[in-house]
Amino acid sequence: MASAVAGAMPFTGKHPDQGKLTIIFDHYVNDKILQFDTVAYNNELGQSFTVTKFKYYIGNIHLKKANGTETTYKDYYLVNEEEPSSKTINLNHIPTGSYTAIEFMIGVDSVDNCSGAQSGALDPINAMFWAWNTGYIFMKLEGKAPASTSPGNIFEFHIGGYKPPYSCIRKVLLYFDQPIPLSDTATKELHIKTDVAEILKTPVNIDFSKLSSVTDFHNATTIADNYMDMFSILSIR
Amino acid sequence: MKKALIILSIVCTALVGFTTNTYFLITPKDVELKIPKGFPKPYYKFKNNKLSPEIFVLGRKLFYDPILSRDSTISCASCHQRIAAFGHFDHPLSHGINGLIGKRNVPALQNLIWQDTYMWDGGVNNLEVQPVSPITNPVEMNESIAHVIEKLKRNPTYASEFRIAFNDTSINSEHILKALAQFTGLMISADSRYDRFITGQDTFSTSEKNGLELFRDKCASCHAEPLFTDNTYRNNGIKPDSSLDDKGRGNITGRQFDDYKFKVPSLRNVERSYPYMHDGRFRNLKDVLNYYGDPSNFAPNTAKEMYEIGKLSEQDKKDLIAFLLTLTDKTFLYDRRFADPFTQ
Repeated sequence: MASAVAGAMPFTGKHPDQGKLTIIFDHYVNDKILQFDTVAYNNELGQSFTVTKFKYYIGNIHLKKANGTETTYKDYYLVNEEEPSSKTINLNHIPTGSYTAIEFMIGVDSVDNCSGAQSGALDPINAMFWAWNTGYIFMKLEGKAPASTSPGNIFEFHIGGYKPPYSCIRKVLLYFDQPIPLSDTATKELHIKTDVAEILKTPVNIDFSKLSSVTDFHNATTIADNYMDMFSILSIR
Repeated sequence: MKKALIILSIVCTALVGFTTNTYFLITPKDVELKIPKGFPKPYYKFKNNKLSPEIFVLGRKLFYDPILSRDSTISCASCHQRIAAFGHFDHPLSHGINGLIGKRNVPALQNLIWQDTYMWDGGVNNLEVQPVSPITNPVEMNESIAHVIEKLKRNPTYASEFRIAFNDTSINSEHILKALAQFTGLMISADSRYDRFITGQDTFSTSEKNGLELFRDKCASCHAEPLFTDNTYRNNGIKPDSSLDDKGRGNITGRQFDDYKFKVPSLRNVERSYPYMHDGRFRNLKDVLNYYGDPSNFAPNTAKEMYEIGKLSEQDKKDLIAFLLTLTDKTFLYDRRFADPFTQ
């Protein structure tokens, strides 16, 4: 199930409709636009940190109408701060109507974790793949924090795993303030804020001096529960 | 005289050339998947990876090519040697680049499509992605898939072989992995003396028959016929080696319950795949049976099946070994399809 480059097609049925939605992920730390390396931020405990890497999988996008019908896109997208084009997703062939919410998954579902060699977003060369315990890394956040006791004061959160009880797949449901009308004449741009600060708080405040490396199931679900709420609607244009 | 020699040498060259070509030639018939009689349905069915001679030949070349390692010094076949049923002959622990030593014994490769998981801890869930693990492991090939692709793309022969095999101009990880899966997936061992005995084409000596009977009574609850493994993980009671600090299955599932469990290995071609156990601690079959046949050896949390073996007499051990040697499958071990193509 590779991601489509040109623009995703709905998963089911024929798609004569021409509605288009462009989703743009804007990366923030609290209310500041994320910048790698140079800008220091503070976590909830007042510990300073910089970010050196941030990428994550999203997939299984559902666009929902008020009447309960929805359009599904099965593709996966690897959103990577380092590659600006990866932060834009184009959805095509959306049935005409008024949409009230978007739902998607952070991560890769169990079927696609077990399907062998894949290409596109799920190609293992994207360095989001665990070879020793097969599965995709759903979210990578790396950086430096003076409080970290890891070598070089780095922190590394590589969060993945699809098997209960350590599953780090999380669902995200975002309601729009105003319904978005979509038709072949109305293409809309949806800006979603992805807040790195949320990965480090709610429900659990991450103390870099105690937790600076998560690279397998140990503590992974804690971070997953934190990243579940890192998305919010920024604007609809 | 000189003329005769020249003619003779031409004839010889022609003959060698001819035999070499047939020996390494892979035909559509060579890549037919034949499920041996009595075998269950395989887990890996070559779905989305249709068997073809060209893809198999590409997989064979990749398997034997050190280009897959960081410094191009070791190939899959460096540790998975044909003479050792694709295990590592006489090596307790795996060897990687720069003389690095790994934590586990190299498993023999055979009947892989009947495994639901791979590696001693079952951490790998699909035959196609298995090679990513040794390729990227720092103490094995220590290479990245992206760099392997770069190196293959620089090689004009590979570029054309990928084009022929997959009918496209790009070399990507999916095609590398699928080609390797075709080669390793067709490694099927099902023609040992045991198999021929079962199908009535061969006879067993008294000792071999006794061994089979003992085996069924004491070993087959884990090493189930016809694959000689039940694809589960068990703690066989060998004391953990603190220098290796290997919790096996527990490292994968995160359940304490699974600590120190390892995959029950198939015993096919066990004669060739020594030394034994996940850390290669036992040099020969006699040592294995000396261990298994004395429950006082077992560490805490040993699987209950181990205690069902009970004390083994010297005669029991002799008979069991006689039987285990019938699992050597020369048809498989000398199957020309799996020979090193770089020797042609």
